[in-house]
Amino acid sequence: MNAPVYNFAYLDEQTKRMIRRAILKAVAIPGYQVPFASREMPMPYGWGTGGVQVTASILGPDDVLKVIDQGSDDTTNAVSIRNFFIKTAGVRTTTSTGEATVIQTRHRIPEAALGEHQILVFQVPIPEPLRFLEPRETETRRMHALADYGLMHVKLYEDIARHGHIATTYAYPVKVDSRYVMDPSPTPKFDNPKMSNCAALQLFGAGREKRVYAIPPHTGVESLDFEDHPFERYRLDGTCAFCGANDSFLDEVITDDRGGRMFVCSDTDYCETRRSQSGAAETMAEASVPR
Amino acid sequence: MYVAAKGGEKAIENAHRLLAHERRGDPSVPELSLEQIMGQLRLAVDRVMCEGSLYDRELAALAIKQACGDLIEAIFLLRAFRATLLRFGASEPLDTGEMAVRRRISAAFKDLPGGQVLGPTFDYTHRLLDPTLQGAGASEPECAEPIGAMPRVTDILAAEGLIEPSPRTRPDDRVGDLTQDPLNFPADRDLRLQNLARGDEGFLLALGYSTQRGYGRTHPFAGEIRLGEVEVEFVPQELGFSVPLGEITVTECQMINQFRGSATEPPRFTRGYGLAFGHSERKSMAMALVDRALRARELGEEVKAPAQDEEFVLSHADNVQATGFVEHLKLPHHVDFQAELGLLRRLRSEFEQERAGASSLQEAAE
Repeated sequence: MNAPVYNFAYLDEQTKRMIRRAILKAVAIPGYQVPFASREMPMPYGWGTGGVQVTASILGPDDVLKVIDQGSDDTTNAVSIRNFFIKTAGVRTTTSTGEATVIQTRHRIPEAALGEHQILVFQVPIPEPLRFLEPRETETRRMHALADYGLMHVKLYEDIARHGHIATTYAYPVKVDSRYVMDPSPTPKFDNPKMSNCAALQLFGAGREKRVYAIPPHTGVESLDFEDHPFERYRLDGTCAFCGANDSFLDEVITDDRGGRMFVCSDTDYCETRRSQSGAAETMAEASVPR
Repeated sequence: MYVAAKGGEKAIENAHRLLAHERRGDPSVPELSLEQIMGQLRLAVDRVMCEGSLYDRELAALAIKQACGDLIEAIFLLRAFRATLLRFGASEPLDTGEMAVRRRISAAFKDLPGGQVLGPTFDYTHRLLDPTLQGAGASEPECAEPIGAMPRVTDILAAEGLIEPSPRTRPDDRVGDLTQDPLNFPADRDLRLQNLARGDEGFLLALGYSTQRGYGRTHPFAGEIRLGEVEVEFVPQELGFSVPLGEITVTECQMINQFRGSATEPPRFTRGYGLAFGHSERKSMAMALVDRALRARELGEEVKAPAQDEEFVLSHADNVQATGFVEHLKLPHHVDFQAELGLLRRLRSEFEQERAGASSLQEAAE
């Protein structure tokens, strides 16, 4: 048997070039979903194959990579993808948001503002924001071409009519550069405002659905809303039990089966940075709150 | 020649001898033992037990060997044997809350009582072919013990009323059994779940996947997946109290799905449920997605996608039925086919006559 030999960052150079061409097109047409010939990756579809292909095709030997899932560097899938790039590309990795040049993420945007030297790569399960209103791709592509987004506004309006407010908490649709309606990937809508006028390039990869799309640096991104029902950010009303942050997105952690809960920062690097700055790392609060 | 007016018996006999020959393969290579299949192809054994709906590792291994590794054929063998078994009653409901857990994960919470326990899983392995597995290798020492019982995520959510309660079991309610009574529509959830538990993994996987892609969307979260051993208990009529029959391995998946409430009900999460023999995670997850999709009618949702259509799903989930009927097209059909041929020839000659008539009319007109 011939032992397989893998290229730098796993993908062969032809494939990387093909993906980079798709990325260039995506950057040129902000928010537009560019089809690309997604490859079989050594991890399952739905586990970040799109993000991994985008990262693999833009990664250079000097890059410093950070991988997060749910905001955290130590969640299992983040560990797995980081190890994949350590193994196949040998690049330096970090958990520090500021130090990274490429950040691959699933479901969150870091709390710290990103800079021009950085690229944020999102893993996207369903790139089509209209998919749950119209399952057929032939239809949704026509709707995008005609900027026919009436169906989406009707959906948001029906939410308001039924519940008094827009009942979408994650994957909240946005309009990019006043043209394409785009799915921000299933990030909580708390993160939506961070996408607008961001200094970093934002790339979105969907492997199973074979699409990439992009938000170039300093591009306007608005969350869809109505004049009388403006977009609202949402975060749990609480403070982080570790660092005391009252502005970060929080995870709810169940501490027992009698109703005990505590809240901690979802962005672990943000939390650790705050703790080391305040020297409070040693005094982790026991914030279990039995009801 | 395929002109087999007589001699069918001899042909069948020869075909079966050939099959036995091919099953054995190269006689210089040692024959597979049932222990090897049970021990090293255990996920295949689990699938055959689950869809064969008979919990017997040894018989499932035998079926896999006899079927040359064709799992649907093995499931068929096991089902055919199961049908001959005497049925002496129904067990008590399994208490998966008391499971001796070997794997338990929740995608809905970062951490929870009992923790996230990965256990034996392909998750997070990189799918790179491992050449070290080609030859005989050293075995990995056992590194994990069952952890014991831990609270179920859905019970934690239920304590706050955030998820619909599981339907209460009424002791005098007989649990339906579609192997004893023909399936009628609309079917209750017990029969639906039984049908899905026996249903083809690939079919349920595709249907569950379709709900994720917008054909009957249910907004699922994997509330909890747990794998481990549970005790099966049975109440013999003459005793009047339950006695343990033994332990089985099961995989349970509880999906938590969105539901926004109605005029009479406060908003809360709904459930999709999957349970499978052995370590069958893909199966139990797909089953939970399809179970929730099939509850559309009960929850007042519009039924418009295939996965929500009870008759469509339940009538086609069984791979023994499906493979039988698809493959029956191999049987001789020449009597019907001859009748079709005769009709087709007649229709064609009538068509030709009409065309000839029409063109001569046209010539006449010109």
